[in-house]
Amino acid sequence: MKKYVSFFRIRFLTGLQYRAAAWAGLSTQFVWGTMLLLMFRAFYRADTSAFPMTFEQLSSYIWLQQALLALFITWSFDEDLFESIRSGSVAYELCRPADLFGMWMCRTVATRLSRTALRCLPVLIVAAVLPRPWGISPPASPLALLAFLVSVLLGLLVISAMGMLVYALTFYTISPVGLRTIFASAAEFLSGGFIPLPFLPDSIRRVVDMLPFASVQNTPLLIYGGFLSGQEALFRIALQAAWALALILAGRLILLRAIRHVVLQGG
Amino acid sequence: MSVFRLYLRYFSLHLRSSMQYKTSFFLTLFGQFMSSFAMFLSVYFLMSRFHRVEGFSMEEVMLCFAVVLMSFTLAECFARGFDSFPAMLANGEFDRILARPRGVVMQTLASKLALTRLGRLIQTAFVFVWVIPNCGVRWDTARIITLILMIAGGVLFFSGMFLLSAGICFFTTESIEFINIFTNGGQQFGSYPLSIYGESVLRLTTFIVPLACVQYYPLLFLIGRTENLLYALCPLAAALFIIPCYGFWRFGLRHYRSTGS
Repeated sequence: MKKYVSFFRIRFLTGLQYRAAAWAGLSTQFVWGTMLLLMFRAFYRADTSAFPMTFEQLSSYIWLQQALLALFITWSFDEDLFESIRSGSVAYELCRPADLFGMWMCRTVATRLSRTALRCLPVLIVAAVLPRPWGISPPASPLALLAFLVSVLLGLLVISAMGMLVYALTFYTISPVGLRTIFASAAEFLSGGFIPLPFLPDSIRRVVDMLPFASVQNTPLLIYGGFLSGQEALFRIALQAAWALALILAGRLILLRAIRHVVLQGG
Repeated sequence: MSVFRLYLRYFSLHLRSSMQYKTSFFLTLFGQFMSSFAMFLSVYFLMSRFHRVEGFSMEEVMLCFAVVLMSFTLAECFARGFDSFPAMLANGEFDRILARPRGVVMQTLASKLALTRLGRLIQTAFVFVWVIPNCGVRWDTARIITLILMIAGGVLFFSGMFLLSAGICFFTTESIEFINIFTNGGQQFGSYPLSIYGESVLRLTTFIVPLACVQYYPLLFLIGRTENLLYALCPLAAALFIIPCYGFWRFGLRHYRSTGS
């Protein structure tokens, strides 16, 4: 266990080095969040009764999404891992007395956490001082805040485990471009990255809600604003835990199989 | 060898090299189709829930969406070299380009061709096929020309943005994330007529970053909100945007000092 903690620590500290990039990214996120809110305001004015949540809940959703962007991002992968699979230097990793899945999973989780640590506070602070209904509201209740935090952690495990599946499958395709494009676009939409899932038609939403993608950012962000609460929230958190477990087991299995069949490219 | 033939030569090289990883090529093609399909669905679901936004109907918004997505995709397809410019600067590839006795712009353009973007073009074509007969526009010559101008103006607008972003890299080496707001963001937020974001955004995108000139104003002419031909000619103004972008890129090039790799 100790070695995985060290892997985590190294990766986390490396991630914290990119401070300038984080500052540069922040302004982009403010503008992005503002544009999204302006867009939804136009729809809100068009037909208020068709709006599935209050505008305050939507604002909280959008700003939390921007604050946690790096945590739940679907299109960002570790290029070094792909390169090591392509070039064959993954062989060195296999020589280490540690489990490949465990190492890479730690690495992914740590990278996501450190990038978020750099970015989330400034976004949250600015969003908190924005006037109502544009800013982020306090959580629906203290219990909702607690459930939100648990749900965020589970969401992080789910998205990281899904990323591991992409790495594992890359052993078969060698070039990762295709897999990651398909994964990123499907995951982005189905996790509520383009539009929050409550805006989908109800019949489609019932199916999408059960998919692992909805367990990534959709569940925690909806719990925070109180859109999901009580039994429903508990059920969703349990669903998240189930998906996290299933995906981790599947990822491990596929990665182990992939390694057994691996032909190292080049010498 | 003429510039054009040389470009074709590059084109066939790129085609053959991407065919080396066939599975990945078709997966990417499919992925690109999916990515624009997801964008289409987002617009479709929002419009079918709210029916109208700032007076625009579903079909009118879809026309706007298809124009912007097609011009963005075409620009990405051919000006991809400028999009991934920071990598070229960092790894010294650009220094090799400077050493060759051919145009710098042409070589940069030809250094990357994103053929897999075809997947997105197919998706846009579907939207056009659906929306052109159904959007209630009387398609006379003036309106057909306007539509073509919109797409062409859009391609030049986004290419200008890629040039600008590459130009900045001469000074910073790294790409500036903020430019994303105008490239990817321009595509995503440009899916709707820019007037829905309010007066100040519309003014900004008319006079400073002229994206509204290729979608909002000519769209008003297409759907018959105005008969003023000036609105139809707005995309030409957007086309002029590429001139200062090119100027900036030349300026950056003159100040370029290799990264030394």
